[in-house]
Amino acid sequence: MPYRYLEEVAIADVAFEAWGRDLGELFEAAALATFEVMVDLEGVESKVVKEIELENEEMDRLLYDWLSELVYLKDAEAMLFSRFQVRIKGDGRYRLRAEAMGEEIDQARHRLRADVKAVTYHLFYLKKTEEGYRARVVLDI
Amino acid sequence: MEIKRIAECIWEIPPTEKEGMLVPARIYATEKLLREMDQGVFEQVTNVACLPGIQRFSYCMPDGHWGYGFPIGGVAAFDPETGVISPGGIGFDINCGMRLVRTNLTLQEVRPRIKELVDALFRSVPAGVGSKGMLKLSPGEFKEMTRLGARWCVERGYGWERDLERIEEYGCIKGADPEKVSDHALKRGIGQLGTLGSGNHYLEVQVARAAEIYDPQTANAFGIGDADQIFVMFHCGSRGFGHQVATDYLRVFDGAMKRYGITVRDRELACAPFRSPEGQDYYKAMACAANNAFANRQMILHRVRETFSQVFGRDAEALGMDVIYDVAHNIAKVERHRIDGGMKDVVVHRKGATRCFGPGREELPPIYRDIGQPVILGGSMETGSYVLVGTERAMEETFGSTAHGSGRTMSRAAAKRKVFGRDLQRSLEERGIVVKAVSMPGLAEEAGFAYKNISEVVEALECAGITRKVVGLKPIGNVKG
Repeated sequence: MPYRYLEEVAIADVAFEAWGRDLGELFEAAALATFEVMVDLEGVESKVVKEIELENEEMDRLLYDWLSELVYLKDAEAMLFSRFQVRIKGDGRYRLRAEAMGEEIDQARHRLRADVKAVTYHLFYLKKTEEGYRARVVLDI
Repeated sequence: MEIKRIAECIWEIPPTEKEGMLVPARIYATEKLLREMDQGVFEQVTNVACLPGIQRFSYCMPDGHWGYGFPIGGVAAFDPETGVISPGGIGFDINCGMRLVRTNLTLQEVRPRIKELVDALFRSVPAGVGSKGMLKLSPGEFKEMTRLGARWCVERGYGWERDLERIEEYGCIKGADPEKVSDHALKRGIGQLGTLGSGNHYLEVQVARAAEIYDPQTANAFGIGDADQIFVMFHCGSRGFGHQVATDYLRVFDGAMKRYGITVRDRELACAPFRSPEGQDYYKAMACAANNAFANRQMILHRVRETFSQVFGRDAEALGMDVIYDVAHNIAKVERHRIDGGMKDVVVHRKGATRCFGPGREELPPIYRDIGQPVILGGSMETGSYVLVGTERAMEETFGSTAHGSGRTMSRAAAKRKVFGRDLQRSLEERGIVVKAVSMPGLAEEAGFAYKNISEVVEALECAGITRKVVGLKPIGNVKG
């Protein structure tokens, strides 16, 4: 998995670090890490494809927007996602086009965990590394 | 960090500790609780002391632990003309709070039917990820509800007129303007009215044992009379609607600070002048979310009354199911307080902290005005909860604020490694606490050992004199998301 949870960073909540060779991979990894907090991803089928487009001048704010949009869809459309394809282009302004694949929440069938309330800026970073990109995110539970 | 002892249970960090501190930081705690607090609390409470317009002190309550920007347990009051408002001082779950409801039932009547009761409550109060609300609302109806709060529910038959005076601010923060709320927030919240949520949110059936009635006279005034009387307590907030309002405005404030020349030590402390357009827009949107939370708890109460009526074959009136009180513990409000001998309006932020007005305050309903405000301190499902009462001392010292619960000390992952949800459920049942949860891992995360000892928190509050202990309540049934 291109992410790992950081236990001691967030006692009441959940923190993770995610990485990828490019921004697209990093954003996909961060999305998976966010949904794995809420549900056992194994049980979430790719029945519905949701297309998402976002843009922001800052790459780190785009990540905040992306994860916040997925958390929004979890409530507004009662969706859980388990696969993502993200493409990001940009120079000066970052543009994201993504497909999120998943299905509607079924409390009887899905092995649910804790609900994510929000994405926070607490200890938040997104940086370029020698191998690609790396980000740290704390989710409010 | 230099921490001075001001009194037995009050500690102070002077403004010389950090560049930019405008006021000292004050921590209310026993020596034991202070020693156990994480370093984040001290950093954050002193960061808050740097925010423009802060009055007197930056406070942290004895259940404090690190949060986002402000610590959990943080209290800060700002001058409305020169000071700021900060979403980080309120939290993502706007008006997360506690409601306590009394009954005429006794443990002897409820114990034999507790399984049936918890099952029925679990079915009637939607909880957990993806749960659906109790009502189908049009966008217009939803917006009206966010303006009116709990009154909106009572006008539609979901509750009693006298419930309203037993809710902080009578269940409605004035100045709510749904036009300041994003379409995303509306869509996120519209299907969730009357849902409990997940994480540390819960609904409990509790009992007051004779040994835990500490102040019989005050207890009586609150409707707590006999030993072994049964209560219902629940903890929840504004659900996705409030979370989205917070998310939206954190983004707005993150960009706006540059314009106002404000720099902060932590991005989660993003803030704007209270009188700025951004500050006012956020306040009006936050009030909508707060009202949504009051309405949410009102709808849950309605279901709880229905469920008790079905199980015990008597209507809710006959069962004496009056609200004792409903408190908000994630909120900012304009309140009038005594500062330097004169009365002054301030914007009080309480994040994981509870209003605890003392006797005589006109905001309190006539039934409680001479006694002081009931304060509800929610504990973990194993250790129990407390009812306290506000004091004059809190009005003088902490802008009428006190703690909100017990506060976590162990990470969610560590709790899950220590116990399986099913084992915890079995062990609780052996100790007379019946638990139903949507998520078993979620249940394990909320095990009692992951929290501070709530009695220690209550001792610290008594020792400092900012609230007095009235009654301790022990769970016998619990519903979790």
